Amino acid sequence: MPDPALLLEVNDISLSFGGVHALTDVSFSVRKGEIFSIIGPNGAGKTSMLNCISGRYQPNKGSITFQQQEMIGLRPNDRCNLGIGRTFQNLALFNHMSVLDNIMVGRHHLLRNNFLNGSIYWLLGARKEELTHRAEVEDIIDFLEIAHIRKAIAGTLSYGLRKRVELARAVALRPDLILLDEPMAGMNLEEKEDMARYVIDLNEEWGMTVVMIEHDMGVVMDISHRVMVLDFGRKIAEGLPDEVMANPRVRTAYLGEDDGPSTTSAAAGEVA
Amino acid sequence: MASAHSRMRCGEFRTNYRQDTTIFPTPLARRVAVVSVLLLMLVPMFGSAYQLNLLIQIGYYGIAALGLNIVVGFTGQISLGHAAFFGLGAFSSAWINSTTGIPVFFCIPLAGLMTMAVGLLVGIPAGRIKGLYLAIATLASQYILEDFFARADWFTGGSAGAMANPFSLFGYQMNSDRSYFYVVLFYVVIMYLAGTNLLRTRDGRAFVAVRDHYLSAEIMGINLNKYRILSFGISSLYAGIGGALFGHYLGFVSAEGFTIMLSIQFLAMVIIGGLGSVMGSMLGTVFMVLLPEVMEFGVHLVGSNNSALTQALAYIKEMAIGLAIILFLIFEPDGLSHRWKMIKNYWKLYPFSY
Repeated sequence: MPDPALLLEVNDISLSFGGVHALTDVSFSVRKGEIFSIIGPNGAGKTSMLNCISGRYQPNKGSITFQQQEMIGLRPNDRCNLGIGRTFQNLALFNHMSVLDNIMVGRHHLLRNNFLNGSIYWLLGARKEELTHRAEVEDIIDFLEIAHIRKAIAGTLSYGLRKRVELARAVALRPDLILLDEPMAGMNLEEKEDMARYVIDLNEEWGMTVVMIEHDMGVVMDISHRVMVLDFGRKIAEGLPDEVMANPRVRTAYLGEDDGPSTTSAAAGEVA
Repeated sequence: MASAHSRMRCGEFRTNYRQDTTIFPTPLARRVAVVSVLLLMLVPMFGSAYQLNLLIQIGYYGIAALGLNIVVGFTGQISLGHAAFFGLGAFSSAWINSTTGIPVFFCIPLAGLMTMAVGLLVGIPAGRIKGLYLAIATLASQYILEDFFARADWFTGGSAGAMANPFSLFGYQMNSDRSYFYVVLFYVVIMYLAGTNLLRTRDGRAFVAVRDHYLSAEIMGINLNKYRILSFGISSLYAGIGGALFGHYLGFVSAEGFTIMLSIQFLAMVIIGGLGSVMGSMLGTVFMVLLPEVMEFGVHLVGSNNSALTQALAYIKEMAIGLAIILFLIFEPDGLSHRWKMIKNYWKLYPFSY
């Protein structure tokens, strides 16, 4: 009997590209209302994991269920209807559109107008619908404090602001689960603090479950409810932030090992 | 942080979202547009046949150019077969009219729909390929359609061509330049308004999203294949309507007119006008239609008694088109519409630089 409190269940996912095993038998589950962080050294398979959930990659084996629905085989563009949104590690904004239009693209799956009634904007309700959604988008703009750049072209913005616009676009999808791929990468301390606050607000006020990849350990330890550690495509630890930090395997993965064999190096040997 | 594009004119206040989503950025711009359409309506009373002919050309080419801009400029696909769709529209309208007797008034939109259906068909393989491969695939559609025009006697009259009846409304035949000008103007206004509306609503944003970053567009719930095919369809609709207007204007449609050269001219129009700009499509068309005329005028001005120059006129016209494209690619790759925006922004802040 599946546990209704589990929003996302990932079972035995394996993903390989030719001879490279990006992920090997990774399983974890995310509960409703959690901030769940995935950490690990570079190349550990964190982004690959996110890509499997959002549909960019089809894993070779395993299952992913979201709200008890199997996701393997669903196309990426169908997954946002179920309630999954994401941001990207390397900025993926629509650079020639205004910030407002970028966020409005996030409403795509909620809007019903099409090229037929869109072309006669004033007549068959397209305007009314656009304006209703525009008002909702303004709430998001307000929340993320990007009102001053609303009409700016996304490609002209600074890195920190683009990250925020990308978050806004993902929030506009109104997802139940939001996947954040390194939301604080390349930011200064102040921007990081802001972003951490937004993530917490999204989780607590907007009721979104968050799965986050992040390298800044301070942030991860402070805001995550649970943490999973990947190394060479395998899960090496999962649990409360403090537990994970105390785990010797995690220390080895990050800091290298002292002497003597460790399980991590055995895993690494298999992969190589 | 806000760029000059987003800055509002002083004294202009928007107090609701409706005012913020208008087609024209300011009430003044809207008034200017309305007045210019009204002024254009006066042209047949004063203009010469030569001027009217140029304006009508600008009209039907402009509609087709907007169609090409939707697929190339907004969706980021490439199409080298636009002239074939333009021709298909012309033949379809003539064919529907002569075989079924449906009035020309209805044949023009029907020809647009027929061309759209063929465009959607071509779009199905085109939706799956990108870049150079897509260019070759659309080139293939250009040649297939050209060949079809030459061979399908039942549809196009083969090498003899097809007769297209003049446009008539309530029994009044609009076969003079003077009256036909209004038909073209009507279609230009309708098609440009529809295009602008399309591009500020859901599906238009989806086109641009597919162009700018198709991977994240897919995550945002946009079906890439559907929108790539749809953009081909809509672009063909525009080409078909432009072509139908062309056919009924000339009264005679022959297959020779719709070669790859015309496709390239359409591409030149959208590149010179500005990829991804509705107004740019029209500016580029005006430029491309008037350029040969200006060349001719220039040649006559320099040496009407210089026979070598007069003989070379045809080549000078062709070369001018090539030169214009190259110069635009180097100096103004964003096209005339971008230049226009810069001029507007300059005056918005004049005499201060920011």
